[in-house]
Amino acid sequence: MMNSVPKTLKYSKTHEWVRQDDDVITVGITDHAQCMLGDLVYVELPDVEMSLELGQECAVVESVKAAADIYCPVPGEIVEVNESLFDNPQLVNEDPYGKGWLFRIRPFESDFHELLTADEYTRQVASEAH
Amino acid sequence: MAQKTSLYDCHLQLSAKMVDFAGWDMPLHYGSQIQEHHQVRQDAGMFDVSHMTVVDLTGPDAAKFLRYLLANNIDRLTPGKALYTCMLNEQGGVIDDLIVYQIAADFYRLVVNSSTRAKDLAWLQQQASNDSLKIMERQDIAMIAVQGPQVRTKIGALFTPAEQQMLTALKPFTAVQIDHLFVARTGYTGEDGFEIMVPAAEAPAFWQKLLAAGIKPCGLGARDTLRLEAGLNLYGSDMNETVTPLESNLAWTVAFEPKNRDFIGRKALEKQLADGVQSKLVGLVLDGQGVLRNHQRVIVENIGEGEITSGSFSPTLSKGIALARVPANTADECLVEIRGKHILAQVIKPPFVRQGKKTFLETSKSMER
Repeated sequence: MMNSVPKTLKYSKTHEWVRQDDDVITVGITDHAQCMLGDLVYVELPDVEMSLELGQECAVVESVKAAADIYCPVPGEIVEVNESLFDNPQLVNEDPYGKGWLFRIRPFESDFHELLTADEYTRQVASEAH
Repeated sequence: MAQKTSLYDCHLQLSAKMVDFAGWDMPLHYGSQIQEHHQVRQDAGMFDVSHMTVVDLTGPDAAKFLRYLLANNIDRLTPGKALYTCMLNEQGGVIDDLIVYQIAADFYRLVVNSSTRAKDLAWLQQQASNDSLKIMERQDIAMIAVQGPQVRTKIGALFTPAEQQMLTALKPFTAVQIDHLFVARTGYTGEDGFEIMVPAAEAPAFWQKLLAAGIKPCGLGARDTLRLEAGLNLYGSDMNETVTPLESNLAWTVAFEPKNRDFIGRKALEKQLADGVQSKLVGLVLDGQGVLRNHQRVIVENIGEGEITSGSFSPTLSKGIALARVPANTADECLVEIRGKHILAQVIKPPFVRQGKKTFLETSKSMER
């Protein structure tokens, strides 16, 4: 079964996705990541206005099975978090690229060269499976 | 190469997510572990538990052997009855927990864990060396657990009226042979239901009949949260060879009476009782949101520390719950260290949930927060 990897998004090696809309970027976890974790039951998100460095641990998603740290894929300041996840963490499972987004960042820089394209991310997932 | 049960192809057909479990390729879930959990609490679900080890003991010395081997007393059994017990080492440590069925006066059946199969079989052989007794592992038997409040209603279609009457009459912890099936009213979920042994060759067809009767397949993921809510220990997590039943909320399974029955580990347990048992296995309910995990540190203020042995999230209660080994004089609350923070948890006597209902009162203190 293939997980969805939208071409319009950028990805981190640690299974976050990133979408740029004007001056704000939205971050979530990939379909592959939610599938590996299984049903999410708890999400811990960063505080709004918090400044994050690249790769900083900034959120936790927990399924029945495991807890996973979320690493900040782009340095910046948190401007919004998805509060609907507190009551309904399974939105991440149901709609990882839509209603299951985690937080929004105003980036410090405009260049996100560390991130992967959809094709590069797909190759990485495939190589992890072997 | 992982081992496969006779139902392996059935699981693949149902798009199960397969994982390695004690060397077996087993279904973790068939889509959603949480839905499967609710399915069993509210309706009817089934689990392939064919990876568990079935061992038949036959011969004139079978009863004498088990009377000495097991911490619970098989003299309580009559044909068709089952007993839950621990098998201990000389130090009172738990080698395994198991169910023993008496089929006839000279015929007993044990169901032991799959993760402990090799050491259990070796221990049985070693202890039986002087007895007139045959020990036979039954790899030709598959086992399906059907569990949930609607099981009786749904399973009826698979049996004749006379067989249905036998099922209706079956009391908890008893078993009956129905045609090729060995049906026991036992389980690992805290719900009513049956564990059904079926010849492995016939298991896929039987599984399909259960599916057709509306019993939904459930994976080992749901099995774990169900058993944890039901306060049932998992061997290897909640107890092992370094702890005794008295430290594992299993004192009720040790038969010290009659006093003249010697059993392996008895002396060690009696000494532990005389010296005072230092720790106990309790239930924890997390105050507020979050999930409890195995091996998290438990801090009991002014008393000492303990550790979570099985932690998870309770789908029924929507709270983090756990079994934890804590100092014996722990009272009704403790702190759990989660990612460096100390979070309040209520200490309860398991179970958390039985037959779909919460079984403990939340303390007023927890409610205020």
